Amino acid sequence: MKNKAEVVIIGGGISGCSIAYNLAKKGVKNIVVLEKNYICSGSTGRCGAGVRMQWGTEMNCKLARKSIEFYENANEILEYERDVEFKQKGYLLVTHTEEELEQFKKNIEVQHSCGIPSRLLTLGEAKEIVPYLNTDVLKGAAFCGKDGFLNPFKTTDAFYRAAKRLGVKFYTFTEATGIRIEKGKIRGVETNKGFISTNIVVNATNAYSKNICSMVGIEVPVYSERHQILVTEPVEPIQDPMVMSFGLNFYIQQSPEGSFIMGRGDDREPRDLRITSSWQFTEEMAKTIDSVLPPISKLRVIRQWAGLYNMTPDKQPIYDKGENVEGFYMAFGFSGHGFMFGPITGIVMAEMITGETPTIDVSMLNLNRFKTGRLLLEPSVV
Amino acid sequence: MDENTIICRCSDVTLKDIRQLINEGYTSFDEIKRITRSGMGPCQGKTCGQLIMREIANATGQNIRDVKFQTNRPPVVGVKLGLIAKEGRRNEE
Repeated sequence: MKNKAEVVIIGGGISGCSIAYNLAKKGVKNIVVLEKNYICSGSTGRCGAGVRMQWGTEMNCKLARKSIEFYENANEILEYERDVEFKQKGYLLVTHTEEELEQFKKNIEVQHSCGIPSRLLTLGEAKEIVPYLNTDVLKGAAFCGKDGFLNPFKTTDAFYRAAKRLGVKFYTFTEATGIRIEKGKIRGVETNKGFISTNIVVNATNAYSKNICSMVGIEVPVYSERHQILVTEPVEPIQDPMVMSFGLNFYIQQSPEGSFIMGRGDDREPRDLRITSSWQFTEEMAKTIDSVLPPISKLRVIRQWAGLYNMTPDKQPIYDKGENVEGFYMAFGFSGHGFMFGPITGIVMAEMITGETPTIDVSMLNLNRFKTGRLLLEPSVV
Repeated sequence: MDENTIICRCSDVTLKDIRQLINEGYTSFDEIKRITRSGMGPCQGKTCGQLIMREIANATGQNIRDVKFQTNRPPVVGVKLGLIAKEGRRNEE
């Protein structure tokens, strides 16, 4: 293992791999990525594989739009020999309340101001897209045909391989155990395999970001929360878009290989780092699907799993540098959409580290926003 | 053995695919699973698991008992969502 690096990135998920790739592309040499397990073993590899632009805050809309533009050409840009499987078959958002329908209308205005081609649908139009949707329980819908499915493993692999070709060193099964600081400046990272001296550390550990921040004495108002997903046996293609509801608390999509992937959240989850499975999730999920998309309940569940959302108070990420710790950079708190924002995370963080003008001004996503209390809350998260 | 032999029947993965990935540095079951979907299909690795672990063991010089398998997850066999929903509602009554 190298004992000296220009930049050490902690975390080998989509964010860490994308930051590494973007830095290397800018000509930064001697980049090291530390991953305590294997690449894509954390939140990225456990996500629901959907990417969307239908957000409620302007910032989330901008970040998502830029990321989707990248994903449309990801295979070519990253020169990936496999396929990231980006299928833009849309996200159909459905609601069972008038209040949420009003929120959809507000969101669509914001989305249109960012150039996102979303629209409000009647229930009849929604049924044309997903014929077996039980609209009796619904009040309205919104749709964006440019949203869709993306393979999280292969997308992360594409960034990982592209970064590796540019000379980035990836140390898997290597855990950061401490960060050395002298006079307010980063001096290096302790790992379970030895010390790496560096002046720049990037915390891209999302679910574990609080622990890494505490190594440099930075307090962050984030917490991790278990979210569960289940997958069915594969069947012939019958459903094009992701169907999602914030109020009814579910999302469900058929993956290109035929299985249905579905998930939901639970506000009663304890705030810890558990990723075990629970039967309560399976039961609630089954009941929801049985009522909203009845034919899907004929499919067999073959596996369930869990991953962690790293939640911020406004459900928007933190992109910042340490105020009193020179050389410490932060990209976490994705609140369940770090995979979707992977490309833009890499771009803005690489620009922040090299001191370039940002592609998108993300200064409002600084850590201090939680102290001033002027938050724009993202209303649309499952 | 013929390298075109199917190792993972759920996701049509051949011995050649597995060996190529191991050569590229994907030397744990979970890493191979994430690229090929082996272990994610209806059999949940009951067919491909041992075969892939043996390939990893042979290629890396480990004993097969030291090769880590994926996390076993519920359910043990496929269960229809409708049945789970029905039983769930019955529990509420």
